[in-house]
Amino acid sequence: MTNPIHNPSNDLFGEDEVTIEATLNGRPLRRRVKARQHLADFLRQEMELTGTHLGCEHGICGACTVLIDGRTARGCLTLAAQISGKTVDTIEGLAESGKLAGLQAEFIARNAAQCAFCSSGMLLTAYELLSSGETSSRAEIREFISGNMCRCTGYHAIVDAVEAAIALQGKS
Amino acid sequence: MSADAASGIGARIPRRELKRLLSGHGRYIDDIKLPRMLHACFVRSPHPHARLVALEVAAAKRAPGVAAVFTAADINPRCEPFVGVALHRPGHRSAPQHLMAAERAVWQGQPVAIVVAESRAEAEDAAELLTAEWQPLPAVGDQLQAIAPGAPVIHAELGDNVAFDFSLEKGEPVKAFADADIVIEEELRFERQMAMTLETRGLIADYNPGDGSLTVMHAHQSPFQMQEIFSRHLRIPEHKVRVIAPDIGGGFGMKLNVYSDEIATVVASMLLGRPVKFCVDRLESFVSDAQARDHRIKCRIALKRTGEIRAMELDDIGAVGAYGMPMRFNVAEGMMAITMAGAPYVFENYKGRTRSVYVNKNLIGMYRGVGMPFACIVGELLTDLAADALGIDTVEFKRRNYWPKSSLPCVTPGGQRLETVSFHECLEKLVRLVSYEALRKEQAELRKRGIYRGIGIATFCEQTAYGPPYYGPSGASISTQDGCTLRLEPSGSVRCITSLTDQGQGTLTSVAQIVAEAVGVSIDQVSVLGGDSAISPYGGGAWASRGTAIGGEAALRAGAMLRKNILALASTLTQTPADALTITESQVINTRTRQAVISLAEIGRIGYFRQDTLPRDFDVQLSVSASFAANDKMYYMANGVQASYVEVDCDTGFISMLGHWAVDDCGRLVNPLLVEEQVRGGIVQGIGAVLFEECLYSEDANLLNGTMADYLVPMAGEMPDIVVEHVETPEASTRLGAKGIGEGGLIGAMGSAWVAVNDALKPLGAKIRHQPFTPERVLDALARARGR
Amino acid sequence: MKARNFRFIRPASLDHAYRILAENEGDAVPIAGGQSLLAGLNMRLSAPKLLVDIGDLKELVGESQADGTVCLGALTRHRELLGSELVKKHVPLLVRAASHIGHVAIRNRGTLGGSLANADPAAELPACAVALGATLVLGSVKGERAVKAEDFFTGLFETDLRPGELIVAVRFPVMPTGTKIGFAELARRHGDFALVGLAALASMHRDRIGDARLAYFGCVDRARLARSVSAAVEGLATPLPSAASFEAAIRMDLAPEDTAGLRADTKLHMAAVLTRRVLNSLAARAPA
Repeated sequence: MTNPIHNPSNDLFGEDEVTIEATLNGRPLRRRVKARQHLADFLRQEMELTGTHLGCEHGICGACTVLIDGRTARGCLTLAAQISGKTVDTIEGLAESGKLAGLQAEFIARNAAQCAFCSSGMLLTAYELLSSGETSSRAEIREFISGNMCRCTGYHAIVDAVEAAIALQGKS
Repeated sequence: MSADAASGIGARIPRRELKRLLSGHGRYIDDIKLPRMLHACFVRSPHPHARLVALEVAAAKRAPGVAAVFTAADINPRCEPFVGVALHRPGHRSAPQHLMAAERAVWQGQPVAIVVAESRAEAEDAAELLTAEWQPLPAVGDQLQAIAPGAPVIHAELGDNVAFDFSLEKGEPVKAFADADIVIEEELRFERQMAMTLETRGLIADYNPGDGSLTVMHAHQSPFQMQEIFSRHLRIPEHKVRVIAPDIGGGFGMKLNVYSDEIATVVASMLLGRPVKFCVDRLESFVSDAQARDHRIKCRIALKRTGEIRAMELDDIGAVGAYGMPMRFNVAEGMMAITMAGAPYVFENYKGRTRSVYVNKNLIGMYRGVGMPFACIVGELLTDLAADALGIDTVEFKRRNYWPKSSLPCVTPGGQRLETVSFHECLEKLVRLVSYEALRKEQAELRKRGIYRGIGIATFCEQTAYGPPYYGPSGASISTQDGCTLRLEPSGSVRCITSLTDQGQGTLTSVAQIVAEAVGVSIDQVSVLGGDSAISPYGGGAWASRGTAIGGEAALRAGAMLRKNILALASTLTQTPADALTITESQVINTRTRQAVISLAEIGRIGYFRQDTLPRDFDVQLSVSASFAANDKMYYMANGVQASYVEVDCDTGFISMLGHWAVDDCGRLVNPLLVEEQVRGGIVQGIGAVLFEECLYSEDANLLNGTMADYLVPMAGEMPDIVVEHVETPEASTRLGAKGIGEGGLIGAMGSAWVAVNDALKPLGAKIRHQPFTPERVLDALARARGR
Repeated sequence: MKARNFRFIRPASLDHAYRILAENEGDAVPIAGGQSLLAGLNMRLSAPKLLVDIGDLKELVGESQADGTVCLGALTRHRELLGSELVKKHVPLLVRAASHIGHVAIRNRGTLGGSLANADPAAELPACAVALGATLVLGSVKGERAVKAEDFFTGLFETDLRPGELIVAVRFPVMPTGTKIGFAELARRHGDFALVGLAALASMHRDRIGDARLAYFGCVDRARLARSVSAAVEGLATPLPSAASFEAAIRMDLAPEDTAGLRADTKLHMAAVLTRRVLNSLAARAPA
């Protein structure tokens, strides 16, 4: 039986399907995954967590952003097989946990989302900024979210929302 | 009618779907699975122009997971070919377009085969096993090449590559130019651009062999258009076709067009008798999405020394791709450019010519603003240069030359009907907003220190919410009506089913506000369903900034009808005259006593379940439908003005956007928050168009930058903060009074950014006329000015 | 854009990884951060048969300092460069560069070793490694060897890595006190690959440039030392009023080609502007 984290040292060839053991949205996960399937597709198709979106599949647009071990990562530039031994959090899990409540409220109040296709990735990136605990200027916020493409809002309302969330966090 | 400030017309309410969408519970097309669903991918021509000598599909058909591989021979006979010409434009020509390329491909990306398999990955694996032998042919890459003598003719039956050649003339332009004191001439160039919605196109075609019905879940802005097309071209009775738009990740006009790959997917479903999903991937979107903006415009303006504009002239030529776009005709960009340029300004003499020309590139289709950005850029650049030539400030020039309010309504030399526009009001508001004098002072100070900043002010007027006179004569089965069914639910809440669609702009929220106010309930008592061609009144959907203006008007009228019917029942039940009753917060109120006399829940209970307690001939109608179309109105003309403040680094050619302001008049503001955000989003798309975006091609029309790393969409780091203010001049012909707002942000921003960058370069004698303004083009402009 | 089929293996140790790479020579590709590799796989630009996940190997992580050298494991993530006290103190050029690499999500996963092995001519870290005079430690079943960064990048996306070899660690000499660093890049949008970039290290004698190590990226086919430019600027007093003193040297060292949307002469112009700006900034900066 294959050790899901590390292949035994006498295996020199690997497989095109591997077993992974990870934590997904706070719950243990053990699955056979196709080696070729990227994490975003795994989440969307196998786990039916469709809140993570595909915008480009080459790492530029940020729509597929998830958290791996608590930090943002592109779901399309990570293989499902690579997450063995790690924790993964998606928009669904974070929303359910309430950790995004402050950000969601600020986004919604300012209509900092329109089609919302970018929003999962945008919220997770903003969440990472908030988690850093740093107070950021508008310019720094803009730079931080520069890896998340939004075609609808023009970014201004998003910057306002993140700025407000940081300020609120600072007060509490 | 009672107005609930928190939730009725005029309230600032975020798009109501956001709570669901921001917790990862959206249902976009690629999120949807149907039983037995298959996945499609396409094999496309790698050449812009080539003969398909041989196509071998056997290996692909045998590949794991493959259900079928279809080529032109399988697909094309099942579909009436498209001829994308506008009937009311005599001389507009197109070769017929079949769904798949058969013997010849005429653009890089044209579909050649469709592979249908259990998963997209397997479909792509199989597609790689398909072998095609191509014989490249000479390709026509740009419009000048296309009309040069001896150019390869793409469609032999047309004789040449000209799709359309149209001129208009008003007054005596030749004489006016000859007599003018000042003539300013410019040649502008615009590269091909793309809408780049974050969610690519997609659909799930579900043909049911059991009853010959077709259901298509379609990321499309107009389910009704597609219902009609699927029915007519695929020969399925229309009442058996249903098109449903799910959550959509942005449209901007791109998802309004007619796509052969999408229709081929439907045919595949018909042939297989199973649902087939096709979601465009990003790489293929570059060679399959309808594109925009590929134009060259020569323009000039004639003035008297006194500052009066005597004439304008435009000569436009657009490269529209390999075929005419069905329904959403490719002449629109050019026509809007030549009929709307300079529209805000008083002048009598005008000459305009537009040519649409075929090239071996992807089809041009609708994209936000269409030809209006060109009109704005031409008008505002020329008038800004005119102001310079006259030695007066550009704002002052506008004050003197806008149509005075007293002359409205009027028709411009280009044929634009100006009625309830507000050029002066918007300008004055903008001037105050940007602190114009202080800004000019700052600019002058910094220039002394070798820092080159530019201020661009751009005015535009904008055709919104086209009416029947616009599409009717064209022969396109595009309905400009929209409709709304309202149903009082038994428990007293209100269900609204609208023919409108929403790709993020919040149209359904605006409709909810209108319904809430019209009926007399709070907005959280209203649900709105849209985008399903089977269940709502027939309508149009989303394009040309029409949703709130047209569908909102229908909702207003339906709301009034439902209110009337509720009050009729309430009147009978409470023995009070209907004109003494009103509805507020789900209660019927006696206006004289100010007492609540019956709740909507009670109305619903009795109206639906206790008709036995009602008079014999009382007709309960708690479900109503209303549609609206403005039979005689070509469009509602909206307007606005914007300002850009930029800085050009003359050593590197890089441009910084320091600030942006907009004053917009879209008539009655149903939801100022949604309006402001539409304007902001449009502005950033406009800045992207002017500074960043272009499709780069080799000499022989091969696309060179078909990834998101190379096609530069604006990201947060380079964009400015954007201030938006409003002027409200209601549309006079409707009860609602709203005009359209979806495109104004982009139109004005393209104008103001063009003027601002050139304004920055003025002291150095440099001019830039080729969009996008890449660092190299800026440096080249500066080098030309230095004489190198 | 779904990747072709391949096998996957996660070695239990660096030794195991070496044996896998040796056994599958030509068919196996290591994956660490995967930020470049996976984009290419999704686009079907390559067809490896086996992906070897080295992203977890303890032998490739860590930072240490000894004998005037700072040693960083190949799996040092770009994000970690930004947060490392050791790097900030002794190799601050890497900190300056790292904030330009892509975006947060990319920096969280992308690695030092991955960036150097990929050898993208528009990437920041290869140029920094060259400017800093770094040495790469390469390992395989045959053992370890050291290669100087300035010899490592051999062509467009080409390196001296032999079949079966992995970058294990990178050694950076601690800079002599008083060394100034300079870094700048021109990119259309924050995080984009540079059109033109420059990583620089120089000793300064008051306002005069002493020994300078300059490595360009973006407008070149690979990261390498711009020796002619260094020679041309040695001894010059800053601020330099123009690029006249080194323009010709830039042309000799860079030899860029026309690419879509950016001509060679524009790249040279931008390189000259950047060089002047970076050199003029050296005196102003606190010593490294």
